[in-house]
Amino acid sequence: MKLLNTLLAGAALAIGLGGMAHAEDKTKVGFVYVGPVGDFGWSYEHDQGRQAVEKAFGDKVETVFVESVPEGADSERVMTQMALDGADLIFTTSFGYMDPTINVAAKFPNVKFEHATGYKRAENVSTYSARFYEGRTVIGHIAGHMTETNTIGYIASFPIPEVIRGINSAYLAAKKVNPDVKMKIVWVYTWFDPGKEADAASALIDQGADIIMQHTDSPAAMTIAEEKGIYAFGQASDMKQFGPNARLSSIIDDWAPYYIARTKAVMDGTWVSTDTWDGIKPGMVEIGEFSDKIPADVQASATAIKEALEAGTMHSFTGPLNKQDGTAWLAEGETADDGTLAGMNFYVEGVEGEIPN
Amino acid sequence: MIKLIPRNQPSKSMIALTPLIAVLLTMLVGGALFVALGKDPFAAIRMIFWDPLFGEHAFYYRGQILIKAAPLIIIALGLSFGFRAGIWNIGAEGQFIMGAICGGAVGLAAYPSDSWLLYPAMVLAGALGGMLWGLIPAFLKIRFNANEILVSLMLVYVAVNFLSGMVTGPLRNPDGFNFPESRAFQSFSAAHNPEIWAGTGIHIGVLVMLGLVVGCYVMLTRHIFGFNIRLAGQAPRAARFAGISPNRMIMICLGLSGALAGMAGLFEVTGPAGKLSTTFPLGYGFTAIIVAFLGRLHPVGIFLAGLLLAVTYVGGDIIQSQLSLPKASIQVFQGMLLFFLLAVDVLVMYRIQLLQRRVR
Repeated sequence: MKLLNTLLAGAALAIGLGGMAHAEDKTKVGFVYVGPVGDFGWSYEHDQGRQAVEKAFGDKVETVFVESVPEGADSERVMTQMALDGADLIFTTSFGYMDPTINVAAKFPNVKFEHATGYKRAENVSTYSARFYEGRTVIGHIAGHMTETNTIGYIASFPIPEVIRGINSAYLAAKKVNPDVKMKIVWVYTWFDPGKEADAASALIDQGADIIMQHTDSPAAMTIAEEKGIYAFGQASDMKQFGPNARLSSIIDDWAPYYIARTKAVMDGTWVSTDTWDGIKPGMVEIGEFSDKIPADVQASATAIKEALEAGTMHSFTGPLNKQDGTAWLAEGETADDGTLAGMNFYVEGVEGEIPN
Repeated sequence: MIKLIPRNQPSKSMIALTPLIAVLLTMLVGGALFVALGKDPFAAIRMIFWDPLFGEHAFYYRGQILIKAAPLIIIALGLSFGFRAGIWNIGAEGQFIMGAICGGAVGLAAYPSDSWLLYPAMVLAGALGGMLWGLIPAFLKIRFNANEILVSLMLVYVAVNFLSGMVTGPLRNPDGFNFPESRAFQSFSAAHNPEIWAGTGIHIGVLVMLGLVVGCYVMLTRHIFGFNIRLAGQAPRAARFAGISPNRMIMICLGLSGALAGMAGLFEVTGPAGKLSTTFPLGYGFTAIIVAFLGRLHPVGIFLAGLLLAVTYVGGDIIQSQLSLPKASIQVFQGMLLFFLLAVDVLVMYRIQLLQRRVR
């Protein structure tokens, strides 16, 4: 038993030192994806970011990735494996990787970790996310103008702050230009399941929606919208090829600048743990090209909103705003603070239905 | 026309060799697949089968293999009794989930207890939850002669939805920003199933799995229950004459496999998965069916089959990152393994006869 314990202690130590064991001059960057890189949405855009890192640094970097990694023990193993294989920097690109990232980071103090959309940080763990809700203000504005049935369908994944924020943001922008607008929300409890997403889209159309928005990763809803001759927006990725007629615009996640900057920081030895939450301004959130189905005046006003968000002269959540139950939230001219946004667990006034819990 | 004719005396040694032949064929055809994808087949096969066990970082991967194999083996052991007796529990995944929910709920209700009694109570609740879920198809089969394959399978989907109801409702972490998941079990050690020795991957579930392999072996070969099971499977009429009640057999087999699956679920959520969430079930309950058959429904075989599958999972992730192979190609590779096993099985048990058109 004693011998066994000694051996195991040795093994544990070796794990701890694994990150130091390599002595290559190439910087190795690992990426862990929750979906397939061919999802044409969330994971696809992260992989575009990875390719941009390769392009930017050429021979000086080596990137590796593993796709469709379940959130749990498997993700912990994949991260550990990357660290053992000498990765210097590892991007873990799903909220569910939060605890695994923290656990693995504790074992490899010399490897830097970057966790997307989470809130737990450490000496060697940064977090980063994008203000997708800014993009939703723009597409909500367009949707408010374009809907004829005054019904926008929304495919929501999980009732978490990020998704609720998106619903509120899109609704507020739509309502501003169309006071009669209603939002129908379907919760699918998945990030990526083309079958479920397609079913949700059909259900929303049956309820009278003539524009679909989504907070899920696959282009399934776009395909349905194209078939049924209604409108939709690309999510995470442009998705134009899936709905040449249906697609009005899109919210595109552009991780490339961030990934390049963070890789550079590791190369230069200037990397420190940070919390990044960037929006339209630094280009982490992009608005895809407008379809010519959108009238010129709407295109112009949407562009103006985008530019105002970019310039910081406008905020997606500006008072006076009430919560769904009628209680006051923001006073005239007041804007939401990041703390409230990060933990948002209420609908704004006018959104129908309840947040499932 | 091709006709399959049962062999009178299938070769005993061939039956034993079948899994090995299947693995070799998988390596051969899988290698061709990797060549087609423009990768070095020898490196790929080495990374899948050799590196996790003996490669540079094997000290870490060996533990990970045990973590992956433990739930597969525990569930497959339970299933093997029923499969021998011709009782088809396809819904172990559901029983796995229900066990995790029931056992996990006991732990979460006691938060932040530090009683050492808590974990045994959770294991018990997990086993009970899985058992009761397994007894539903048993009851319906006995009472209404409902097909247990369909009922147990359908109950998986009920369990999945029940799980999402639980983690978005009563069992949701009150400090978790509304995310659909429970409190992490590592946040209070009395309900946690940690690695017993750091770096080895050995948790309580792995030890239980090892005990169960031995226990099931003894039960199957030395105990009257094992004899009854084999008899009921091979000669149902004889079993009836010997006084073995088929209804009792159904209850025992479905209850037992449910209990083991439930226990595996509890070990999984309190250990490797860490918390109840909609994404914690990874299909172990379904993969265990493959493990049970790959292991010839024999405890030792199941143990080896579980380890083999775990190796391909761990190795699969290694080649994915090192050779930039798509995940689907690894899944194809794993699928081949079962395909070749079944194909070789058919050829061992049957001979092929080419029938010529009869001349009038």
